[in-house]
Amino acid sequence: MRTKAPYLFLAPYLVFFGLFWAWPIVYSFYLSFVNTRVYPWRLEPALNWGRLLQDPFFAVALKNTLFILAVQVPLMLALALLLALALNSALLRFKGFYRFAFFAPVVVGAVAYSAVFRLLFNTEFGAVNALLRALGHPGYDWLYAPGPAMAVIVLALTWRWTGYNAIILLAGLQAIPRELYEAAAIDGAGPWQQFRHVTLPGIRPVLLFCLVLSIIGTLQLFTEPFLITAGGPGNATMTLGLYLYQQGFRSFNFGYASAIAYTVALLAGAFSFMQLRLWRER
Amino acid sequence: MRRKRFWLTLGLHAFLTPLALLWLAPLWLMWVFSTHPEQEIFRVPTPLLPGNAFAENLRNLQADTDFFRALWNSLVVSGLYTVGGLLLSALAGYALAVYRFRGQALFFSLIVATLTIPYFVVVIPQYILVARELKLTNTYWAVVLPFLANALGVFYMRQVFLSLPSSLLDAARVDGAGEARIFFQIALPVVTPSLAALALILFLNAWNDYLWPLLVLSQKEMYTASVALGTLIGLTRVSWGGIMVGSVLMTAPFVALFLFLQRYFVAGITAGAVKE
Repeated sequence: MRTKAPYLFLAPYLVFFGLFWAWPIVYSFYLSFVNTRVYPWRLEPALNWGRLLQDPFFAVALKNTLFILAVQVPLMLALALLLALALNSALLRFKGFYRFAFFAPVVVGAVAYSAVFRLLFNTEFGAVNALLRALGHPGYDWLYAPGPAMAVIVLALTWRWTGYNAIILLAGLQAIPRELYEAAAIDGAGPWQQFRHVTLPGIRPVLLFCLVLSIIGTLQLFTEPFLITAGGPGNATMTLGLYLYQQGFRSFNFGYASAIAYTVALLAGAFSFMQLRLWRER
Repeated sequence: MRRKRFWLTLGLHAFLTPLALLWLAPLWLMWVFSTHPEQEIFRVPTPLLPGNAFAENLRNLQADTDFFRALWNSLVVSGLYTVGGLLLSALAGYALAVYRFRGQALFFSLIVATLTIPYFVVVIPQYILVARELKLTNTYWAVVLPFLANALGVFYMRQVFLSLPSSLLDAARVDGAGEARIFFQIALPVVTPSLAALALILFLNAWNDYLWPLLVLSQKEMYTASVALGTLIGLTRVSWGGIMVGSVLMTAPFVALFLFLQRYFVAGITAGAVKE
């Protein structure tokens, strides 16, 4: 009886896992080699991947996504680390207030905050331009100029996810044994040296976790550019997620969309692998 | 030394306070905008204090889309997902934590591996399965089914059950209790706080999910709150005061919950990141 029990406990999960995860992973790989624009679908191995290499829209989406990745993720994680250190500091008063201010965005849905950011960054009436004008700057055409539109996406993401990462980093900081700091202090290490030789090595695995999670999340960026800028102006904020949505669920070209999806997976895999290697070697 | 400490403390607060206010601004202005009539929202300078047009904006929102119906749909979908996801995660996590069996390591690594696989890789086959094969579009099940198998939930519940003393379970076995009874009547009640933390995160994720419900819901009566609101954002002749009311209705309950249950949210978010 006891030998059968674990399988029975696992069975319901495995049914759903198989139907909605295991099979789809294999099937979308297969689909990326199928021409889905004919009926019935036909295996044409080079079609979608060949198109991917020559598609200027895909190139733009890839470039934009990597740009957001390179700018937003380091910015956010640096800020999150600063916040976590501040919130962990014995010098800080009113911790409840600060925790609430930075952590509350964690519960806010992408649709709700996308709506607010659209209003805040409205060119004529938005609060951000009103503030800039009060400071003597003419303001920007936020949602209708390529650079500023990208900045809005980056700012919105940073607002939503910095606290989330700070929560994880703070837990990492609190898991570092206090004795390590005491030992370092006895050895004559100042605050900076304690940070370099105790804090940083202590939270390295957690920081790596945040980094990998943020990269996978950013590679799949969809809702914010979809609702705040609709990928525009032109294709200035078109992301891989948005392009996949257009190809897969507007044009219903499942084969091509699957090739885009697997590109995202390959990128995510490559980045994760690189990170693991780099961080282990140090 | 004490002087230095004083200046450090002052500097820290001087840096953090403006940043905290800046961080609170979008939420505060969401609330403020939801209480002002249309022409006030689009006024310079931006109103910074609440007005009294919340009811008017709510009426406008209801005129644009049946938002109360959408909130109800969200509640049902998130509830189903939370109960189902919780049960499947707890069962699987329990199996992986308290038993030793053939294929255990394989099952565990398969489940954990999906954590690093982008959702995009599965969304197209999921859509084909749910919309075309099972023909479930515009039903609650279409929104819920694909997410019942939640890898993070299993990972989290496994951690939770690993910390359960095996003497507790063995004592029950000596008393002749069956494995299912031990799980439901002994193991589950002991880990209720951890279940609560996972339930909060699952509910919140379902509540805020956008892409998948957008794909499988096309009838207005079935829209979740996210989809209903997202559809309005793209329109030109629409009440923005109403959209802000919708945002507030979607967000405020969780901000309030967060105020009181912060540690449960934190436990759910840090699950898997920090080994204790």
